[in-house]
Amino acid sequence: MDSNTIIAAVSIFTAGITIALGSIGPALGEGRALAQALSAIAQQPDEASTITRTLFVGLAMVESTAIYCFVISMILIFANPFWNYFLQANGG
Amino acid sequence: MNISPDEPLWQWEFIILNRTILFTWLIMALLVFVSWLITRRLSSSTKLSRGQNLLEVLVIGLRDQIQEVSQQNPGSYLPFIGTLFLFIAVSNIMAIVPGYHPPTGSLSTTAALATCVFVAVPIYGIAHQGFLGYMKQYIRPSIFMLPFNIIGELSRTLALAVRLYGNMMSGAVIGAILLGFVPLFVPILMQAFGLLTGIIQAYIFSVLAMVYIASATHSNHENNVKENVPDDHTEPVNTKSN
Repeated sequence: MDSNTIIAAVSIFTAGITIALGSIGPALGEGRALAQALSAIAQQPDEASTITRTLFVGLAMVESTAIYCFVISMILIFANPFWNYFLQANGG
Repeated sequence: MNISPDEPLWQWEFIILNRTILFTWLIMALLVFVSWLITRRLSSSTKLSRGQNLLEVLVIGLRDQIQEVSQQNPGSYLPFIGTLFLFIAVSNIMAIVPGYHPPTGSLSTTAALATCVFVAVPIYGIAHQGFLGYMKQYIRPSIFMLPFNIIGELSRTLALAVRLYGNMMSGAVIGAILLGFVPLFVPILMQAFGLLTGIIQAYIFSVLAMVYIASATHSNHENNVKENVPDDHTEPVNTKSN
C-alpha cells in the first residue's frame, strides 16, 4: 500500500472510532441530566422554567464534547491536512 | 466536498467576497430593514400591527430571560444579548431558503461572535465593579488560581465558537450526505430538526453569554457562595433561589 491509501484508511477508521466513542459519553451524561431534571420538575413543578433553562445550558455544555468529536471526524474525512500534503507531494 | 463556506466567490485585487460575508450582509440588511419598517409607525393603543406585536414579544421575552439569568436590571444587557440572539436565530432560520448557506456554519463567524462575548465580559465587569474589583476576580480563591482562571476564560470562548459552528455545520453536512442517499423525505425531516437546533443554539449562545457576563458583574454580593462553586460557568444559575 502506498502512503495515500494508508492515510485514507487510517483517517476513515479513526473518524468512525472518534464519533463512536465521542458520542457514548455525552449520551450517558445527557440522559442522566435529563432524568434528574425530570424528577426535579415532578417534585417542584413551579420551578419548571428555571430547571428547564439550567438543563438546556448544562446540556449544551455536555454536548460540546460530542461536537468536538464530530468536528474532528469531519476534519479527518473532508479536510485532512496530511492527505492534502501527500496529494500535493505526489503531484496528484 | 467542502465543509467551509469560506472559499471566495468573487475577488477584486485583495478584496475577497465569500459566501459567509455575503449572507452576513444580507441578514444585517434584512434585520435593519424589517425593524425600520415596523418601528416607523408604532402605536400605543390596544390595536397593534402584527409586526409591532412580534417585536414586542421578542423584546419582552429577551428582557425577562436576561432578568431571570442575571438577577439584574436587563436594560444595559439587552442591546448586546438581543443582537446576538436575533442575528444567530435569523441566520439559522433562513436555512430553509434554498441556496442559502448559514454564516453561523463558518468558524470565522462564530469565532467573531465568541470574541465579541470575550470582549464584552470585561467591559461589563469593569463598568459594574471597577477595574480593581474586576481584576480581583482572577485571583479570587488565591493568587495561584490566576493561570487557571485565564485558561478558563479562553477555553470557554473557544467552546462557545466551536459549539455553534459544529452544530450548524453538522446540520449542513448531514443534510448534504442524506440528500445523496435518501433524497425523498429524510432531508426534509433533517431540515425541520435543523430549524429546532438552530433556535436552541441561538438561545443557548445568548444565555451562555449572559451567564458569563453575569458572573463577571455579580461576584460582589455573592462571594461566599462563589467560593464553593468550582466552575464559575454555572454560578448565577445555581445560586438562583426564589
